[in-house]
Amino acid sequence: MSDITKLSLNELIQNIRNKKLSSKEITNSFIERSEKSKKLNTYVTDNFSSALEAAKIFDEKPNMDLKLPGIPIAVKDLFCTNGVRTTAGSKILNNFIPPYESTVTQSMWDEGAILLGKLNCDEFAMGSSNETSFFGNVQNPIGENLVPGGSSGGSSAALAANLTPVTIGTDTGGSIRQPASFTGTVGLKPTYGSCSRYGIVAFASSLDQAGPMSQNVKDAALLLEVISKFDNKDSTSIDFKRNKYSSQLSNNIKGLKIGIPNEYRVEGMPKEIEDLWKTGIEIIKDCGAEIVDISLPNTKYALPTYYIVAPAEASSNLARYDGVKYGFRSEGENLIDMYEKTRSKGFGEEVKRRILIGTYVLSSGYYDAYYLKAQKVRQLIKKDFDNVYNNVDAILTPSTPSSAFKIGEKTDDPVSMYLNDIFTVPVNLAGLPGISIPAGIDNKGFPLGLQIIGKPFDEQTILNIAYSMEEKINFKNNITDWWM
Amino acid sequence: MTIDLKTVKHISKLARISTDEKKANKLANDLNSIFKFIEALNEIDTEKVEPLTSVANTKLRLREDKFEANNIRDKILKNSPDENKDYFVVPKVVE
Repeated sequence: MSDITKLSLNELIQNIRNKKLSSKEITNSFIERSEKSKKLNTYVTDNFSSALEAAKIFDEKPNMDLKLPGIPIAVKDLFCTNGVRTTAGSKILNNFIPPYESTVTQSMWDEGAILLGKLNCDEFAMGSSNETSFFGNVQNPIGENLVPGGSSGGSSAALAANLTPVTIGTDTGGSIRQPASFTGTVGLKPTYGSCSRYGIVAFASSLDQAGPMSQNVKDAALLLEVISKFDNKDSTSIDFKRNKYSSQLSNNIKGLKIGIPNEYRVEGMPKEIEDLWKTGIEIIKDCGAEIVDISLPNTKYALPTYYIVAPAEASSNLARYDGVKYGFRSEGENLIDMYEKTRSKGFGEEVKRRILIGTYVLSSGYYDAYYLKAQKVRQLIKKDFDNVYNNVDAILTPSTPSSAFKIGEKTDDPVSMYLNDIFTVPVNLAGLPGISIPAGIDNKGFPLGLQIIGKPFDEQTILNIAYSMEEKINFKNNITDWWM
Repeated sequence: MTIDLKTVKHISKLARISTDEKKANKLANDLNSIFKFIEALNEIDTEKVEPLTSVANTKLRLREDKFEANNIRDKILKNSPDENKDYFVVPKVVE
């Protein structure tokens, strides 16, 4: 078979089960293609030789009942992997080798998957373009010098370039859905509490969720089925009855009510995004679902709320990086001096900016005005969703306000960078599931995504809607292998 | 409101991040543009709103206090910046 790397996850599994391909052949193909794709800078650490070894062992005694039998998968470098360097895209964790495994990745290995490597990301997942990574920016395979989105930018680029059949990312304000949209791939952020946060380098604990990224909706459903499970090790993990997302996947969405939020028609939104949205609405109607106009009045406050809540939690989570027990250390004249130099040299500019914002909004005299205020507005944003979910089953919006932009285009202006997440952030603030699917291209030929937002714990409905739309959209990514 | 140089230096100190004059100036600029954006929240009345503490409506669980990790002492110490087989090493704290 010549184009193994172009096969979807489900196709690869079928080939392994039918013994048409071995795990070693598959693993080898992805490694070879990854070796030829270094220019994209997707890998921070590869695990190629161990992966080949694991593939060989799998082939000797294949267990075809597993959900991911012998499938090599590269993951975002925010998941702790036992014995394999985990950097979170930061200098401060440059030499960190975790002595334990994140629950989400463990679930994948338990189902037969093999770790291919660790993928680049924005430093501590803080960014929307993968440009804040200590390991340099990532090229978007759809065109030279374009950002792949962020923070799961190495993941989206590796997936779109066929360097891994599927991948997992994390999403705090859009970090799975926005890069999926920028690379013509599928990305799902599950309901808060679905996937364990144990062993994921923490950014903003009340918002962070891991989720699948894939070439198609069916693959996303299968990977979600593997990683969504209750975990005692995460105190915010929720014990609810999970579906068999992949076998329950259905393209029958007749009679569902899909809300179109008026407030997402933001000022200055490009016409192509508006048109894409309209096309999506027509497709939904074609599928037999009903369109309902809805209002989420506090939408415009979501980003300002996020830029208080997320940095506040980050400043607290990142206090642990002090150069004492692990990670980078810069020597100082005394303990305090060592802390200050370590953190000043170990963190990049965006991370420091956010730590300072967080420190400020939590500091004495400002807590009520900023942090408490933001938590109250967050309540209002969540109530907006609660209200509309009395009348609709899901919500359709654009995923991003633009397609992939040029590397360097927005690095000097933090606020314009933050605006990338305008459609995705409300979903995290309310803890809801959301999926981005490729839905069209803009006039430059770059992919654009649509987002479907669901009720809490109702991943199945958004997967079904995405599956139905995908069939009708029939999106094909135009990737020329320009970097080879 | 605006964040001045003195405030930037103060919060840098609180966050244990050393900063020089030039960087502090740039940070003050960045933070001011971000806070200008954040201050949109002032226009809504939230007097009667309860702050949201968790999106998930669940109680915190109790679990047995037992450890599961075994024999990882050496692996943990191996990650320490100043390598030592027995301890974490820090600069002298008490004179």
